[in-house]
Amino acid sequence: MTDTLAFVPVLIAIGAIGIPVLTYVGLGLGEGILSLLPQGLSGSLRPWVWLSLPILLVLLILIYPIIVTLFTSLRDARGEGFVGGSNYLWAFSGTMMSILKNNIIWLIGFPAVTLVLSLATAVLFDKVKYEPVAMTVVILPTAISFTAGSVIWTQMYSFQPQGMTQIGTLNAIRSLFGLAPVPWLIAPVVNTLSLIFIAVWLQLGIATLILSSAIKNIGSEMLEAARLDGAGEWRIFRSMVLPNIVPSVMVVLTTMIIASLKVFDIVYVMTNGNFGTNVIANRLYYELFSANNLGHASAIAVILLVCALPVALINIFHFRAENKA
Amino acid sequence: MSDAALNPPAAQLRSKSTGRSKQKLLRLLLNIIVIAFLLGWLVPIVALFLSSVRPQADTATSGWWMAILRPDLSLANYGLALDQLRIAGSLGTSLAIAIPTTVLTVILSVIGAYALVRMKFAGRTALSLLLVALLVTPPQITLVPLLKLYNMVGLSGSIPGIWLYQVGFTLPFGVFLLRGFIASIPVELYESANLDGASELKTFTAIVLPLARPIMASLGIMAFLWSWNDLLIPLLFMGGSAMAAPITVNLAGLVAQTTQGQGPLMAATFLSVLIPLFLIISMQRYFVRGILGGAVKG
Amino acid sequence: MSNVVISDVRKNYGPTKVIHGVDIDIDDGEFVVLVGPSGCGKSTLLRMIAGLEDITGGEVRIGSRIVNDVVAKDRDIAMVFQNYALYPHMTVAENMDFSLKLKGMGKGEREERVAKAADILGLGPLLARYPRQLSGGQRQRVAMGRAIVRDPQVFLFDEPLSNLDAKLRVEMRSEIKALQHRLKTTTIYVTHDQIEAMTMADKIVVMRDGVVEQCDTPLNLYDRPANMFVAAFIGSPSMNFIEGHVQSGANGPAFISKDGVEMALPAGANPPVGTAVTYGFRPEHMALTAAGVAGALPASITLVEPTGSETMVFLKLGTAAVAGVFRERITAGEGDVIHVLPDPTRAHLFDPDTGKRLT
Repeated sequence: MTDTLAFVPVLIAIGAIGIPVLTYVGLGLGEGILSLLPQGLSGSLRPWVWLSLPILLVLLILIYPIIVTLFTSLRDARGEGFVGGSNYLWAFSGTMMSILKNNIIWLIGFPAVTLVLSLATAVLFDKVKYEPVAMTVVILPTAISFTAGSVIWTQMYSFQPQGMTQIGTLNAIRSLFGLAPVPWLIAPVVNTLSLIFIAVWLQLGIATLILSSAIKNIGSEMLEAARLDGAGEWRIFRSMVLPNIVPSVMVVLTTMIIASLKVFDIVYVMTNGNFGTNVIANRLYYELFSANNLGHASAIAVILLVCALPVALINIFHFRAENKA
Repeated sequence: MSDAALNPPAAQLRSKSTGRSKQKLLRLLLNIIVIAFLLGWLVPIVALFLSSVRPQADTATSGWWMAILRPDLSLANYGLALDQLRIAGSLGTSLAIAIPTTVLTVILSVIGAYALVRMKFAGRTALSLLLVALLVTPPQITLVPLLKLYNMVGLSGSIPGIWLYQVGFTLPFGVFLLRGFIASIPVELYESANLDGASELKTFTAIVLPLARPIMASLGIMAFLWSWNDLLIPLLFMGGSAMAAPITVNLAGLVAQTTQGQGPLMAATFLSVLIPLFLIISMQRYFVRGILGGAVKG
Repeated sequence: MSNVVISDVRKNYGPTKVIHGVDIDIDDGEFVVLVGPSGCGKSTLLRMIAGLEDITGGEVRIGSRIVNDVVAKDRDIAMVFQNYALYPHMTVAENMDFSLKLKGMGKGEREERVAKAADILGLGPLLARYPRQLSGGQRQRVAMGRAIVRDPQVFLFDEPLSNLDAKLRVEMRSEIKALQHRLKTTTIYVTHDQIEAMTMADKIVVMRDGVVEQCDTPLNLYDRPANMFVAAFIGSPSMNFIEGHVQSGANGPAFISKDGVEMALPAGANPPVGTAVTYGFRPEHMALTAAGVAGALPASITLVEPTGSETMVFLKLGTAAVAGVFRERITAGEGDVIHVLPDPTRAHLFDPDTGKRLT
């Protein structure tokens, strides 16, 4: 079946050359027509000629599905009969409660661990000469897919019963110190935390980059003045650095909150939601494919959207403030 | 410190020298912590590579670190991965998805961002705000209706269907990222081009595109990584395709079945991360710019 | 090349009126400077001529053509911006060539024009460089080169020298002037610097708050300012003003200030006795004199600023603060009293209410 490889160059040529050329020609054609129109008219039509493709795509891929999902969440399993809020009642009852609990662990644990670790790396890297190398090291995992990252971490978390040779890295280290092996992916709560740490490993680089750039933006005069005033490093971090990077800390937190809402790949690959590790997004996949319940799937999706809404509003607020200034 | 004030020369000398050696100690400690952290952070990648070059029998009975102590390396796993796991086909499919997605995302984003920054029209602010709001949309909200739609128009199982989804989903970010850059181009440059006789399209191609090249590279690398690393969308929309499954989908499937053993899976995984790792190392500057430019600043 | 006629041009941004009906006639080949404090509307007016801003009312004519509805690129004008607006990704040659290429001009002629402009401006050795590799003065030259190659009907300059240091500014000033003499292209130049205006212009338009205060040759503005604003704006240090009224003195009518300082009326001015007026004279039109000379006024020194070639002295005439510029070296210091004599033949009287000069 490797013969499908033959299609690859064709597909790339169509998508990466053909469509762009068509887009450019279309733009040229649009401009040509505009140039025939009177000045005022062409000026007011021009934005829509340019924005037509992007707007169309966003309408098709984002706006239209969001609206339809809102309606489907009020309908039955086949997405037809109106069932009122019963899908939402289901979403907050029974097995869903433990799933929601896991998502809350993700929502708190992932941003918190990432923030603490990235603050440490950003501050400490700032003080060593090999900072660029250190930065590259933490950025490396951000290139890796959540899927591949999960496969990679199976080797860290692998568990053999006590007494057998531990081939998982973490348990091998524990046995070195005479500690009992931990079933990282099976023991409840520990397993969710283990999964969270995979996400931390994969995403820490992004948080470190954002915080590190914020720390470098603090005027060195101010820090030097504080040092001359006799402030210690911890004091400087607490009273000078931290207050000045609050906006970036917020950026890191909101980014990670959104990521933990959407988390799917790691759970799907590592445990498929077993051993009490399930999360909303994975359950949605199950409802969609195994249970074929469109109403449930839509209700879950709407809950995700509602959780993301505050972040969207904060972003809008900042965006407006920034563009006014 | 009050001692030093009372008895200046001797006390000061002493406190200075103890201060200096204390500082040296702190420096040492700092370096130890940072280096230990960095080594620890690299362990999973090193483990992946070593496991991928160990013989099957070793992997099942001992940890990856034994490859350092008792080197007995072979590329057999790579042969198995390419042969039996259809990894070459998967990498091809992933490329056929990611490259067009990247190019199209960048092109449509720069067109949209230019129009949004340079052209005045009713609803411009509303449109910008909508884009910002859409930045954090979870992809899950789009799945139910789009699966239906894709089935209806015959896009499911097709690679262009994946392009369409990924480009549309990434566009708000792309426009947002490029918008910031294009707004920072001095307005006199556009006016100058206008007086020089450049049309709107000419200003776009001769002035904006060359100037925006670095930030377009930033968007490009991010779009590529997202597309290449995406599992959910190909998993849902590629079902029934004649093409080999994209690499993420293939890997996710392999984890569940243990028949081939760990070795080939590790080889396949290593192959899947080679391109992204190479990209991020060779284009780190652009990646950093993309991350920092795309963060909604507070 | 052609003349430019601006008649009753207005500009509103929504309800805000920025330019209130401006009339200016610019002859073919003339060098006109629009000058005024920031916010006076001079740049807006220039941008309206360029076609970068809509014209709310009135008419702009270039040559025989009314250009109100002609888009910028078809007005046949070239503009030099304050920040030069060079295309950062193009070499010096490409920057100059860009507009010619867009016109569809043949390669031979384009190269010839670029080479000629480079030659005039001394840019020959820099043609292959990028703007970031140039100094401020060189960038300024490239911006002019970009205007010259097009051989337009009108050159527009928008504060082109304000990003340069003082020494370079003086050099470029004379260079631009010489260039304009050579090319004889109608030029409209905007600046807030009255010295730039005085040294470069054939004709100066002084603007304030969207209105033309006066439009005349540099020396006429200096010698016969239409009102107190122009009188104060043109010339450095600024003209001295003393409030008072006309009174009949020993030798006929004379000016007497509020604290009783008496000065001879300016030549040609004879308003009726009792009229309230403001007396204006320039610091450089005041002589040092000895006590007892007819008309000598005692003045106490508040500050002496020697510049070497001349000495600037701040004085109190009664309670009025005035400045004087003298060729002589002043040895007296703060608090000392010297005697001065304003030159009545070069002094002016203004209406204190309207600010208009009385003739």
